Amino acid sequence: MNMSSFNPVAAVLLIPIGAAALLALLPGYRLTARLNVVASLLTFLSAISLLLIQRPQPTPYVLVDDLNIVFIVLNTFVGFTTSIFSASYIAHELETGRLTPAYLRFYHAMYQIMMFGMNLAFVSNNIGLMWVAVEIATLSTVLMVGIYRTHAALEAAWKYFILGSVGIALALFGTILVYMAARPVIGEGQDAMVWTLLIEHAARFDPALLNVAFIFLFLGYGTKVGLAPLHAWLPDAHAEGPTPISAVLSGLLLNVALYALLRFKILLAASPNAIAPGPLMVTIGLISLVFAAFMLYRRRDIKRLFAYSSIEHMGIIVFAFGMGGPLANFAGLLHMVMHSLTKSAIFYAVGHISQVKGTQRIVKLRGLTVTHPVLGWGLVVGVVAIAGLPPLGIFMSEFLVVSSTFARQPLLAIVLVLGILLAFGALTLRLTSVAFGNPRGSTAPVEASYVPMFAHLSLVLIAGIYLPAPLVVWFQHVARLLG
Amino acid sequence: MQMHSLSFDVSHTLAGGLVLISFMMLYQDRLYSLLNVFALHALVLALSVAWQALIQNAPHLYVTAAIALGFKAIIIPVALHRIVKQLGIHRDIESAVGIGPTMLAGMGLVALSMVLMLRVTADADPLAREDLAFALSVVLLGLLVMVTRRNAVSQVVGFMSLENGLVLAATGAKGMPLVVEISVAFSILIAFIVIGIFLFRIRERFDSVDVSALDDFRGERR
Repeated sequence: MNMSSFNPVAAVLLIPIGAAALLALLPGYRLTARLNVVASLLTFLSAISLLLIQRPQPTPYVLVDDLNIVFIVLNTFVGFTTSIFSASYIAHELETGRLTPAYLRFYHAMYQIMMFGMNLAFVSNNIGLMWVAVEIATLSTVLMVGIYRTHAALEAAWKYFILGSVGIALALFGTILVYMAARPVIGEGQDAMVWTLLIEHAARFDPALLNVAFIFLFLGYGTKVGLAPLHAWLPDAHAEGPTPISAVLSGLLLNVALYALLRFKILLAASPNAIAPGPLMVTIGLISLVFAAFMLYRRRDIKRLFAYSSIEHMGIIVFAFGMGGPLANFAGLLHMVMHSLTKSAIFYAVGHISQVKGTQRIVKLRGLTVTHPVLGWGLVVGVVAIAGLPPLGIFMSEFLVVSSTFARQPLLAIVLVLGILLAFGALTLRLTSVAFGNPRGSTAPVEASYVPMFAHLSLVLIAGIYLPAPLVVWFQHVARLLG
Repeated sequence: MQMHSLSFDVSHTLAGGLVLISFMMLYQDRLYSLLNVFALHALVLALSVAWQALIQNAPHLYVTAAIALGFKAIIIPVALHRIVKQLGIHRDIESAVGIGPTMLAGMGLVALSMVLMLRVTADADPLAREDLAFALSVVLLGLLVMVTRRNAVSQVVGFMSLENGLVLAATGAKGMPLVVEISVAFSILIAFIVIGIFLFRIRERFDSVDVSALDDFRGERR
């Protein structure tokens, strides 16, 4: 295959599908875990090549633009590092017998199908296809959440399933309404679902219909983003599934739903008479933030703690996009990237910790910096980052969100700061008890792969200190696209 | 008052019938009868979709109608019948909310969807308008069934009736692409749920009013 015929879009879709088929058939842990890593690496490299070579023209099904490249690259990168973490995590699960070889095959195949679904959602130019892709990604994660088949895991999977299904059902209704709004202008058939055509003609759509459509889409995809009050599935799904899945749920799947929301937000913004989506997003974002910040104090399970922290950060991100304007959008985008990297790094650490200690309960985890210095300090750095302390990347993005809000809506900024401080307090409280103090539980050494965790954390650190100029220019451009 | 054509009247009747059957689901207190009502729901949906295929001259919609008839009106109810029997939960449905308030809430939801959809779609053609208003009613009533029932099987029935509302909306939107694909995707989803119930013997929705039980499951008891 020569370079001119290489199609990166096809590659990011076909590599995961091919890998899923292979992984479903091949036996043996060693081979399949490596294959999973290799496939994820190849997908990541194809995604990178999207940056370098000329972009394909939008077709009725596929679109590559400045906005979704950010998401695709982030998605495949975290997918790749998680596959490395997953290899060492799963080895331990096989040893302890929590996973059988048959389930391992299933797990690996589902992992790649999930990557396929997420990548498809990002590149699809058709709002119907995007909906189907989000459904694929959700279904595969539901199956993985329930993989341990314990009572709690099944409960979590069922809840996720039912709430997720209601979410996708509402999103589909919204999608149908968008089609109804577009049909009189663009004409019947497939064209009225192509996003690039929709945006071109959005100004002439019936604004009332578009408003209702957005409400349904917001509720539907918002359920998947984990916004309060529709967040109930999120903590359970994070706590009961395998930790690599918690990492991709927080780091990636929430972004997929967020991306879908942003696409429709842009559509609504292009229609002058439709409602402004901003106030709705700002309100729900703030509610999620403050609610999750309070809930952080009552958590007894470490994965559940970080799941609520994801709700909190999703609240901040949706708030920032809801505020709109170049600066807030820039901050929201940066915050999303930083949150994905940091949260998955934290879950890598938590995964190894809960394996070696044999529990996820916070009271039973103490003095980690003494018993397992590398993991313990990794977790400390991660939590410091996620709580928004300088000099790490999240500090900068949160600072940008807060300062841009202060300039425009000081009252909202006060609520925002209050939420962030509350969450900071809860996380510090938990961190001190988990990381320091008298050691508890097993002190056995871990066979961990530290590379993914430290790769993410150093990226977050670098971003906090110095953002490369091309990246800033690019994000600013995307921020203007988002309106 | 303008006279409507026959095609309008028939699709109106069928869509209205779906709303009515959704109401019937609200007050079923036996699982078997709930499943029977659902089979009727799916049958009416199949008729409605087939009628749309005829009047819109869209043969691909017959596929969707066939899926609704074969899969949702026959296979799924039969499979759920057997599951209910095997799990031994055919006696009754414990509904979390009484029938009276549920019916009132249902009426409120239907009124809401009528007011909302008829108002915002004032410019669309009347057939699609009313279809959409009925479809939203069916969706909301399906949601109501899901939240008022505690049993996994009846929740699934609620979800399927919700999904029927979506198929009604999608077929009513003339010329909408991907309808067949979406109905296939939904069928797969439902098959997954049903298999899930069967394999994992989920008897109850695990949400309980009893918070202490929840804390126990989640390992969050102090």
